[in-house]
Amino acid sequence: MSSTDWRPLALHLSVIGVLIACWFLLPAYHSGNLARILVLAAYASGFNLVFGYTGLLSLGHALFFAAGLYGLGLSMHHAEVAALPAWGIGVAAAALVAATTGALALRTTGVAFMIVTLMFAQAGFLTVLYFGQWTRGDEGFVITPAARTAFGFDLADERVRYFAALALFAFTLLLVGWIVRTGFGRSLVAIRENEQRALMLGYNVQRIKWIAVIISGAVSGAAGASYALLFGYAGASFASVQYSILPLLWTLLGGAGTTLGPFVGTLVMFYLIDYASELTDAYLLLVGISLIIATLFLPHGIVGTARKRLMRWLP
Amino acid sequence: MVQPTSKSSDSSQGPATADTQATTPGSVSRRGALKTLVLGASSLAATGTLPGLGGYVQAQSAAPIRIGFQVHRTGIGAAYGRWYDRTSRAAVAKINAEGGINGRPVELIAEDDGTDPKRGAEVVEKFVNRHHCDVGFGTLFSHVVIGSSPRAGELKLPYFVVSEGHHVASGKLNRYTLQPGITDVRSQVQAMAPFVSSTLGKKVTMLYSDFAFGHDHRDFFTDAIAAQGGEVIATIPIPPTETAFTKYFPKIPRSTEVIYHVLVGPAVLTFVKEMGEFFGPSSPAIFGFIDSLEAVDIASPGLEFLEGSHFWEGHPRYAQADQSEYDKAYRKAVGVDENGASVSDSRDVSTYAHMFGCWETLHVIKAGMQACDYQGPADRAKLVEAVESIDKMPHSMEHPQGAKIFNGKTHQVFGHQYISKVEQSRLNLVHTTSIEDTFYPDEVDYTTRTL
Repeated sequence: MSSTDWRPLALHLSVIGVLIACWFLLPAYHSGNLARILVLAAYASGFNLVFGYTGLLSLGHALFFAAGLYGLGLSMHHAEVAALPAWGIGVAAAALVAATTGALALRTTGVAFMIVTLMFAQAGFLTVLYFGQWTRGDEGFVITPAARTAFGFDLADERVRYFAALALFAFTLLLVGWIVRTGFGRSLVAIRENEQRALMLGYNVQRIKWIAVIISGAVSGAAGASYALLFGYAGASFASVQYSILPLLWTLLGGAGTTLGPFVGTLVMFYLIDYASELTDAYLLLVGISLIIATLFLPHGIVGTARKRLMRWLP
Repeated sequence: MVQPTSKSSDSSQGPATADTQATTPGSVSRRGALKTLVLGASSLAATGTLPGLGGYVQAQSAAPIRIGFQVHRTGIGAAYGRWYDRTSRAAVAKINAEGGINGRPVELIAEDDGTDPKRGAEVVEKFVNRHHCDVGFGTLFSHVVIGSSPRAGELKLPYFVVSEGHHVASGKLNRYTLQPGITDVRSQVQAMAPFVSSTLGKKVTMLYSDFAFGHDHRDFFTDAIAAQGGEVIATIPIPPTETAFTKYFPKIPRSTEVIYHVLVGPAVLTFVKEMGEFFGPSSPAIFGFIDSLEAVDIASPGLEFLEGSHFWEGHPRYAQADQSEYDKAYRKAVGVDENGASVSDSRDVSTYAHMFGCWETLHVIKAGMQACDYQGPADRAKLVEAVESIDKMPHSMEHPQGAKIFNGKTHQVFGHQYISKVEQSRLNLVHTTSIEDTFYPDEVDYTTRTL
């Protein structure tokens, strides 16, 4: 173990500590926002594992997020499954969908992979609409507050919601932080950097990529299930193409291939939209211009640029 | 009681932390506003010597009532949002001109929700925790309402939606979500069945957008027409993203007497044009919901085929021969001409069949706040109970669309529905339903739920 190996873990634990302190320090508005950002950042972290570390540009991750969302939502809404088992169903559903679609999509590469994942996600979106009798289609459905409890805690309570979101994010951050430092994680980077060389060195590239897609899908599904559970709503808009593009933007803005980049990107994008919408109706234009500027001056994202220029040890 | 004039001037001069408006009677010069500002600041400084008391008295007596306006400025609901915005501002101007609510001016805090349920929920949180609004108001699209309502309930924010969805009365939502300004799709559809079966025909084929709003039409109308001795002989769902419709028309059975259509989206013009080309002069009777053509000029090229067809309208777009004095004054206040278009741009057609809901809801909020002597967020529960106790709403300047009856148990209002016929590219009113035609058994009693 090298002398610098402790720093990534220390950084991750420090970030988690700061986020714990945020609950006590921030006004209600910002702590509420942060709860939502943490869940979405977990989603972006799952996406980052495939995109940032493995080099696979998926345009269909909304399928996995929605699989978790509906896995939990439908089992609670129609079968009255308790919150925790329903959350497990959501994660399992997302992992299963990722395993199935991943096995097929990974037969392609490059642009074809993007298109195939996009089409899978679109098929998932249309499936939600098609079975509107069960899913209520675009309209969605409310998950009743009475059912949203776990370990005796009311998940609709602001404090419980915040710490549940933080627990999800912390677990995801530590999981990804651990994975990327394992041999498996390094093989993902090897595939990203030069897939042919990794293949020639004897790695089972297809199998490694498939496992990465399954883990990524499960994490994305956990975020989807958590979103439905913590905020009480499941709807088809979360399966739309927009929710495949968003984790890509968050990850690019924060820094692809960095453990904290997805969180930073989600945080910055959220507040960029929130504050820009107070200044002008054309806030999406402002957001777009900001992203172009960020791309020009921070081509590796915020954390990625910090790693490149300031702290090369950043995970 | 402090009158709202000087306070509202301050608001209009203040920093634009959000899209705000406080409209009050009369105009105030810049010099006058500054004088008032200085005097107000001096008074505040003086009362500041009495910590905890002076500021409280000031806030209680003159602070604006802050109404969070969740508006669809972007996304699929933008055309509706534009007119919901104009109507709401006109209503607030009227309310302020009449002295505000409980002597306090009303301020609209508008936030765009992007017609997105996730952003909608965030906006509700913003109303409570950032803007410190007294109530939330104005949401139209059902998925945004359903996505936002749980947060409104958790934050105990009275949330007045203007959606016409059946979600409120179905019992899906919570005690803090109310729809007192516009009728819901179930009552609208149900009230159409007697006219359709007695005037147009009994064998109906439905073409509808294949999403939840269209499914509600399909389900409720199927039952309603059966109760009238008619039947739906075919249902043809059309994906909302569809752009070519010719392939759907051969699915319409030859025995069809009435085509019932309710589609939403930019391709509606293409739908009507292709339907006209398919049927030619030998078409069945056509009945549609004006939702298909809200904000669209009936005289648009391609819509000639609609001549002679019938439409449901929530509020007649064209000023009728027997137009009420209330409709006339309301039309003037919101800036709509007798053809339902903006007075400043005849090509800017309003969403007249729906936007009255904003006007009426704001007046219900006013009535509720006055009934419970609303003072601030601590009285939110009292406000919900006060609105629940409202029963009859007479046809008036507050309710220009017509008289209504509010059901406090289901949080849903019921009112007259209008059926118009397209004649010379104009919608002429041919039938008005009774309020009783729109009633159905209660599906929920929200008053039994805790506040």
